[in-house]
Amino acid sequence: MQHKVIDTKEVVVRFTGDSGDGMQLTGTLFADASALFGNDISTFPDFPAEIRAPQGTVSGVSGFQVNIGSGEIKTPGDYCDVLVAMNPAALRSNAKWTKSSSTIILDSDTFDEKGITKAGFKTSDPITELKIEDRNIIFAAITSLTKESLKDSGLDPKMIVRSKNMFTLGMCYYMFNRPMNFTFEYIEKKFKKNPALVDANKKVLQDGYNYAGNIHAIPNTYTIQPAKYEKGLYRNINGNQATAWGLLAASEKSGRPLFCGSYPITPATSILEELAKHKELNAKTLQCEDEIAGICTSIGAAYAGSFAVTTTSGPGLSLKSEALGLAMITELPLVIVDVQRGGPSTGIPTKTEQTDLNQALYGRNGECPIAVIAAHSPSHCFDAAFYSGKFAMEHMMPVMLLTEGFLGNGSEPWKIPSMSDYPEINPPVIEKAEETPYWPFKRDEERLARRWALPGTVGLEHRVGGLEKNNDGTVSSDPIVHERMVAERAEKVARLANYIPDQTIMGEESGDVLVVGWGGTYGHLYTAVKELQAEGKKVSLTHFDYIFPLPKNTADVFSNFKKILVCELNSGQFANYLRTQHQQFQYHQCNKVQGQPFIVKEIVDAVNAIL
Amino acid sequence: MKYTPQDFKSNQEVKWCPGCGDHAILASVQRSMPEICEALNYTKERFVFVSGIGCSSRFPYYMETYGFHGIHGRASAIATGVKVANPTLTVWQVTGDGDALAIGGNHFIHAVRRNIDINIILFNNQIYGLTKGQYSPTSKLGMVTKTSPYGTVEHPFNPGALVLGSRGTFFARSLDVELKLTQDIMVESAKHDGTAVTEVLVNCVIFNDKTHFNLVDREFRADRTIVLKHGEPMIFGKERDKGLVLDGIKLKVVKIGENGITEKDILVHDAKEENPGLHSMLIDMKFPEYPVALGVIRAVKDSTYDDNVRDQLTEVRSKSTIKTMDDLLKSGATWEVK
Repeated sequence: MQHKVIDTKEVVVRFTGDSGDGMQLTGTLFADASALFGNDISTFPDFPAEIRAPQGTVSGVSGFQVNIGSGEIKTPGDYCDVLVAMNPAALRSNAKWTKSSSTIILDSDTFDEKGITKAGFKTSDPITELKIEDRNIIFAAITSLTKESLKDSGLDPKMIVRSKNMFTLGMCYYMFNRPMNFTFEYIEKKFKKNPALVDANKKVLQDGYNYAGNIHAIPNTYTIQPAKYEKGLYRNINGNQATAWGLLAASEKSGRPLFCGSYPITPATSILEELAKHKELNAKTLQCEDEIAGICTSIGAAYAGSFAVTTTSGPGLSLKSEALGLAMITELPLVIVDVQRGGPSTGIPTKTEQTDLNQALYGRNGECPIAVIAAHSPSHCFDAAFYSGKFAMEHMMPVMLLTEGFLGNGSEPWKIPSMSDYPEINPPVIEKAEETPYWPFKRDEERLARRWALPGTVGLEHRVGGLEKNNDGTVSSDPIVHERMVAERAEKVARLANYIPDQTIMGEESGDVLVVGWGGTYGHLYTAVKELQAEGKKVSLTHFDYIFPLPKNTADVFSNFKKILVCELNSGQFANYLRTQHQQFQYHQCNKVQGQPFIVKEIVDAVNAIL
Repeated sequence: MKYTPQDFKSNQEVKWCPGCGDHAILASVQRSMPEICEALNYTKERFVFVSGIGCSSRFPYYMETYGFHGIHGRASAIATGVKVANPTLTVWQVTGDGDALAIGGNHFIHAVRRNIDINIILFNNQIYGLTKGQYSPTSKLGMVTKTSPYGTVEHPFNPGALVLGSRGTFFARSLDVELKLTQDIMVESAKHDGTAVTEVLVNCVIFNDKTHFNLVDREFRADRTIVLKHGEPMIFGKERDKGLVLDGIKLKVVKIGENGITEKDILVHDAKEENPGLHSMLIDMKFPEYPVALGVIRAVKDSTYDDNVRDQLTEVRSKSTIKTMDDLLKSGATWEVK
């Protein structure tokens, strides 16, 4: 067979296997190596909720997709060019994601009768059964080759078998002409206390690389030139890390030490884990006994003068609802991060959705409006978290930051910003008040923010609480006072619209269809609209980061298009919200509630259907 | 600075029912404040009173200090956040039997387990007062209330046992009517490093009147309670003629001068003993078999959560090469595009 080197702009690789096969690590290492090589990347980990589901079954399959390119990459890709399937179950559940021109690498050792049956195939020939005979199928005896490679390593047999993901990774490095030095460095660092493991992992990686070069089964290798980036220092970042860092950045800019009370919950946990690492930046984290304690310790910390945050996902947000009302009525700064996942109830916890929007907007007792901000890409989580903190502290109110499992776990290259590029944060902390006694709920005229008098300050002793009160802080159930305070608190949130940027349009400012999105669908909507624009269609995109309040020019943006198509990963929550905010427009909808991101084609089809 | 109790009285009208035991506790706490400031060199602005929901939880409004009236059951969590955020503050939590032991049970036991340096005053009236008379987790088995018209069918908590079970380092008990004792305990509580829980048996004049009558009436209070003091023999009674001894693995009430018992045979209270065995027996003593134990029953030393947080922070900060956000942004794997 003639070996070809294909120079390509974009390649999608999907690593799949049992939950214990190390596919998340393999995918992450491959993605990082590609990013460090200079490609643009976007990743999508897709894994089951079970840590180790029954081996060899479809329910235990874990996947990691990465899109690498020399140009702009905004999504992890719809269908893959290369699928790695470590067992028959992985092939069975992922074959549908392969392009007809794709290469599929299979571990032949797992394709015995037992494995094939366990995966639920009806025949002994999975390839024919799945109708994927036209793909370039490579059966490689990965398990036995790994055993052979490490037979003299001194590792126990279990450890040896666990190293087969490194063999696979080596094969992929060959196929995509990736340099291996970054991964060697990773291995050296990770196993620095165990030289035998360092040698073994490096050897099996190299053997995999050599094997792929030696066999003639691989018809072509790919080169993907580095993407054309702006000059600067870059790093790879996932959404949850970016959220954590954005919060730390807001803490530094405000001079208020960060406090995070939280409780582990998929897929938000890694924000707490990341913050827990950064005590050097004066961040305090408290892993609480439950979600309610997570927010309540944070409210206490906010009262005492910290920049307080709490991180969670949908079910946790439900538990925090009552305390959110407390933060709102005591008018304390607090950022609540909801990394959305599939619901209701426990739902599909490791899968992505945008189904908490209603809960974020309305999920509290009484009149309790809370500002809502959404992140639109993994790296944008940094800015979204930073500004959530800025607005919470400067406007003295809780701010809800919505991200998604897709963003939290997904990663992309990020040009490292300098903190000097970010604005100051000036919380209204006071040392003295003109009035005696101090009025805790006296407001400034522009923002309607109250002042932040911290316990420990002489002469500003005061009480706050969940009961309705007058501006001087005295408890009051007077009907007129209550109505006025409700109105003042609502107006404070509404006035945030004076401080957020105008809504922008990607494409022409008028046309046939305006695609409207919010949050983590940005990459897919952007790619779809670019495609449609390239075909000459009059389609533009406007994507919302600021959900409540909406940017002031929202109606102006909408008014110049014949049709508006709201695309979101729920049954129409943002569309319905827009119907309450801007009733003069008609909103078409494109919805998906499968626990999966959009694929670009779905958006393109939905636009074409109304064009 | 010299303070008087008056300095700790806010301008708010106290709205508890006339005759409610809460008034007495408020007075005891306000009286203890100048003494605490004197003993520990505190100033008034460092005090934060945190509460949940219930009659007792109105307490912060009546103190001329910083205060936070939270939501039902969550005071321990709010107080924890205040203390961890600013360990120089002296944090006091006021709570009731429903607030701390029913809806807030989880936060209560975890605050005690962490040994965070807060002072918890638990007003135990064995009833839900603010919702007008339903049984609580400390109501006696069989008690008739609005939600148990035929008597409760559940066993009550003993708050002190719960504190010990959560590896508590400080537990004290008082009666609302024992103003001076409560005041003294508050001072001990303030001096204790770690979570200090004081249970005050309090009367609800409207919904559970005289629930502690067996203990509080002057006629027999001295014979039915024992005020424990560290280092002193466990002697009680109007005539100071009764005491506690160990009989096998149980406590036993004896009369001094009878059956050859002398004062030397009486147990000496050791609140600082780490082993909770004897403290547990003292906490469990019930009338009529035993006198009910009052005073500081347990006060042992252990590291506190807030100190541990501070020490870890200091250590990490001194060792880390990352000093600013810009350092962090550039740390780890990065690449330069030229």
